[in-house]
Amino acid sequence: MSYVHTGRAASPSMRLRLFPAQGLSDRTLAWLFVGPTILLLLAFNIFPLLWTIRLSFTNYRANRPNAEDVWVGISNYQRVLNDEAIWENMRATAHFLVSSIALQLLLGFALALLLNRRFRSHSFWSTAILLPMMLAPAVVGTFWKYFFEPQYGIFNYIINFFGGPGTFTMLGDTQLSPWAIVLVDTWMWTPYVMLLLLAGLRSIPPYLYEAAEIDRASAWTRFWRITLPMVMPFIILALLFRVIENFKMFDLVDQLTNGGPGSVTELASIKLKREAFEKWRTGYASALAIIMFVSIYGLSLVTVRFLDKVKQR
Amino acid sequence: MSGGAQAQQKQLTLCWAAWDPANALVELSKDFTAKTGIAMKYEFVPWPNFAQRMLNELNSKGKLCDLLIGDSQWIGSAATEGHYVKLNEFFDKNGIKMSDFAPATVEGYSTWPKGTKNYYALPAMGDAVAFTYRKDWFARPELQAEFKQKHGRELAPPKTWDEFKQVGQFFQNRVIDGKKVYGAALYTERGSEGITMGVTNTMYAYGMDYDNPKKPYDMKGFINGPGAVKGLKLYKDLYDCCTPPGHSNAYMTEDLDAYKSGQVAMQMNFIAFFPGISKDPQVGGEKTGFFPIPKGDKQHAQLGGQGISVVKYSDKKDLALEYMKWFAQPQIQQKWWDGGGFTCLNAILDAPGFLTSTSYAQVFQDSMKIVKDFWAEPSYAQLLLAMQKRTHDYVVAGKGTPQEALDGLLKDWTEVFKEDGKLKP
Amino acid sequence: MKAFPHSPLEPSARAKWFAGIVVIGYAVVSLIPLAWIFMTSLRTPQDAIAYPPMVVIEPSPIGYVNLFTTRSRVGADELASLPPPATWYEALVRDQQMILAGPSRFIDRYSNSLLIGFGSTLLSVVLGTLSAYAFSRFRVPGKDDLLFFILSTRMMPPIAIAIPVYLMFRHVGLNDTHVGLILLYTVVNLSLSVWLLKGFMDEIPREYEEAAMVDGYTRWQAFMKVVLPQAATGIATTAIFCLIFAWNEYAFALLLTSGTAQTSPPFIPTIIGEGGLDWPAMAAGTTLFLLPVLLFTVLLRKHLLRGVTFGAIRK
Repeated sequence: MSYVHTGRAASPSMRLRLFPAQGLSDRTLAWLFVGPTILLLLAFNIFPLLWTIRLSFTNYRANRPNAEDVWVGISNYQRVLNDEAIWENMRATAHFLVSSIALQLLLGFALALLLNRRFRSHSFWSTAILLPMMLAPAVVGTFWKYFFEPQYGIFNYIINFFGGPGTFTMLGDTQLSPWAIVLVDTWMWTPYVMLLLLAGLRSIPPYLYEAAEIDRASAWTRFWRITLPMVMPFIILALLFRVIENFKMFDLVDQLTNGGPGSVTELASIKLKREAFEKWRTGYASALAIIMFVSIYGLSLVTVRFLDKVKQR
Repeated sequence: MSGGAQAQQKQLTLCWAAWDPANALVELSKDFTAKTGIAMKYEFVPWPNFAQRMLNELNSKGKLCDLLIGDSQWIGSAATEGHYVKLNEFFDKNGIKMSDFAPATVEGYSTWPKGTKNYYALPAMGDAVAFTYRKDWFARPELQAEFKQKHGRELAPPKTWDEFKQVGQFFQNRVIDGKKVYGAALYTERGSEGITMGVTNTMYAYGMDYDNPKKPYDMKGFINGPGAVKGLKLYKDLYDCCTPPGHSNAYMTEDLDAYKSGQVAMQMNFIAFFPGISKDPQVGGEKTGFFPIPKGDKQHAQLGGQGISVVKYSDKKDLALEYMKWFAQPQIQQKWWDGGGFTCLNAILDAPGFLTSTSYAQVFQDSMKIVKDFWAEPSYAQLLLAMQKRTHDYVVAGKGTPQEALDGLLKDWTEVFKEDGKLKP
Repeated sequence: MKAFPHSPLEPSARAKWFAGIVVIGYAVVSLIPLAWIFMTSLRTPQDAIAYPPMVVIEPSPIGYVNLFTTRSRVGADELASLPPPATWYEALVRDQQMILAGPSRFIDRYSNSLLIGFGSTLLSVVLGTLSAYAFSRFRVPGKDDLLFFILSTRMMPPIAIAIPVYLMFRHVGLNDTHVGLILLYTVVNLSLSVWLLKGFMDEIPREYEEAAMVDGYTRWQAFMKVVLPQAATGIATTAIFCLIFAWNEYAFALLLTSGTAQTSPPFIPTIIGEGGLDWPAMAAGTTLFLLPVLLFTVLLRKHLLRGVTFGAIRK
């Protein structure tokens, strides 16, 4: 992850070796320092992960602890992958990921470019813009549901004002509802992309532009030849973080639409909660969880590779 | 960490849904605390989260609740998994007779397996789905005249589903007192149990049944028979013709909001809310009337309501039983009814003067005669969520045909019962 | 943000104007929802669901009163027979034809948020500081792999982890306990804490502690007396990020608590009034819940970038 900055090379200091360690040796100390963290992560991440993998091969149900769990081989995985509804969930997830992240990148980049012009009071306004991304997504979802209320919601009222009263409802419409979650997510996370890309713009050494100036390059050329390539690593980093976060996203949608209307906004994570904690099909849900985890991990690895490639150019 | 090491005074925690009757119960229980010195704590969870939170609590063997007023459909899994204390012995010892309570409520709230005499709860809160309507609007002479001209009958609370649709369409998009109003607020919620609690009322009306009464779990032709399909289609028609715009995820609170803010002429809801509505400053008193679920070929109302149970994981089961004993007393049941609760005790329901005791007593009595409940199987949650998805996808999202939706539901349910070993694979 | 050498391509005054107008316009529009939440908290329940929505309304404290109390509706005759209200807020409740029934659960839930937030923050910062120091200064075998492993724990969807954790907690009786949630949040925050603090530690010159050790300090003493004071800003920044995560977390809190240890995020959406949702009370709860985070965001603005990218971008 530390591609963007150049960490100082860690050279083991020669001087330290001349002095025999007083107290604990460095090696012992290192293990003592790292040990608790690793142990906790093993206990709460790796062990549960292994347990989930094991559960995914059984028909265990958490609401029937007394029943014996039967080993069912890969049938849970087969059922997940053959379930039409799951593919709908995956399509909904893909739509959400692609639309929201594309919008956020565009908007965030535009805002970063404008903020980089350093008009007066720009730092105040950039802080103001950042506020939404620090809020609790669940609470944000709850209140956007209120703004989207067809009768008394302010958002729908404003839209109806231009489109005739009572004809427009955002969350109740199967066509619009997927865009409602995209809209709210974009409202929340555009500032994040903006923040990263602004850092990217500010990391571009001015002499590049000065050289371009001498070559009489047009603004357009400067953008394509200098700005975009230099900011690219930051764009990919933003993409990576947003993909991981939005793939996992649960709280906002759980409160905002709860998967509805119908199942048009039932993202994979909402589906997972339904299977695991409402239907209590623990084995089946575990298989779905593993599939999701592998997908996220795969997507991130591809993005990191890509990032490395860009860095090497 | 939690609780600390303070001196444990005698205290019970009762868990229930957060709604009007819960407030009535808090008021009522002050008498219990006064008599026994046992303090009462409450954990009231709103309906959309109630099942998920409480079943989660039971499944994790939590000690949060000593007493739980759990929903009628949970009884199967709570009894099978041993979350609730079996009460037969306690009833016998204390002279509490189940025959003193309305039969539908004993069967619906207390018994598992159905048809036996194994009791896991005391009927606490009788309830069913019914309707409220704007009496003041219905009474307007100009509307009366217009309706009569159109349909050749009085504008009155509908008795059949066809009449209901007419009335709904009559009010849809009408301007009353300068505000646009709509026909009816129905249940359409997707997340918990909303749309199922709504759609079953029209499906029962045309002959839907969950399975073959003579052959358990034989569902083909019952859950997806022509009657069930007709009822489901009717519900979608009602959703399309007569509900407010954006009424796509509504359950109890949303319907109440729509009704109390004067948006709809009729409101589907649980009778439990009717005392609160009759006291409401905007629409209460003489402005509101009540009617039971209309007829189709048959007439059935979706059963609501709960029994009160003692949670097996509680450390204070003895105190909890003491509460139950207190609650079962006839004079307490009478106070329960007077305070806005819904008693299931025959002695009160059959007493002379009961029907005129409140504005909603009549609808309560009529409805409790025609109740029918959803599955109460241990796998009820899976059965319910399958029905939620299939019916909501069709009614609200307009996916496919009603026949396809119910064929899909049959497939889902068959799979559940196969997994349970109740149907042969 | 450090001073930036101006490029000769300083934008023209007009370009600046244009940029300013667009950015300020966006900022204002994007803050409307927050303003609306705050305004809703000062309305009456009827005004909150008025159609069409009203912008300017006489403010009322009812939302806050409803947030902290439970009430029940009584008939007019019963209301008349009561003794006069003892406090101003009781008078407000009576005006709505209701009586006070007791306190609400909001204070419990809010203090749960505080306790669990601070508890988990403390733990993850202590553990994170130790690990970050080790990763920064010692040759830990397989360091890069370990660091990447620590980061990858963040990729797990919370619901997926919740399945086995729920079973684990059930086994040892940690469901719906403060300890359970503190442990879990600590673990989730470890990746952030280790990565962020490693970045801060890397920036502290090694010469300091080496000089101290030449003077006869042990490694531990050097760490305690030299490195920690140097890392104070970094530790504080990290702590606030951990706190905000724990403060905002919803999925685990929803699935692993049912009452005793429930935090605010799953609680706030379930504040209902009489029948319908009590939007002013919810908005009041939300306002009180968001304020600390807004404050921290303003305080942290210089370190925000570092925090949200796990220290990947440091500037």
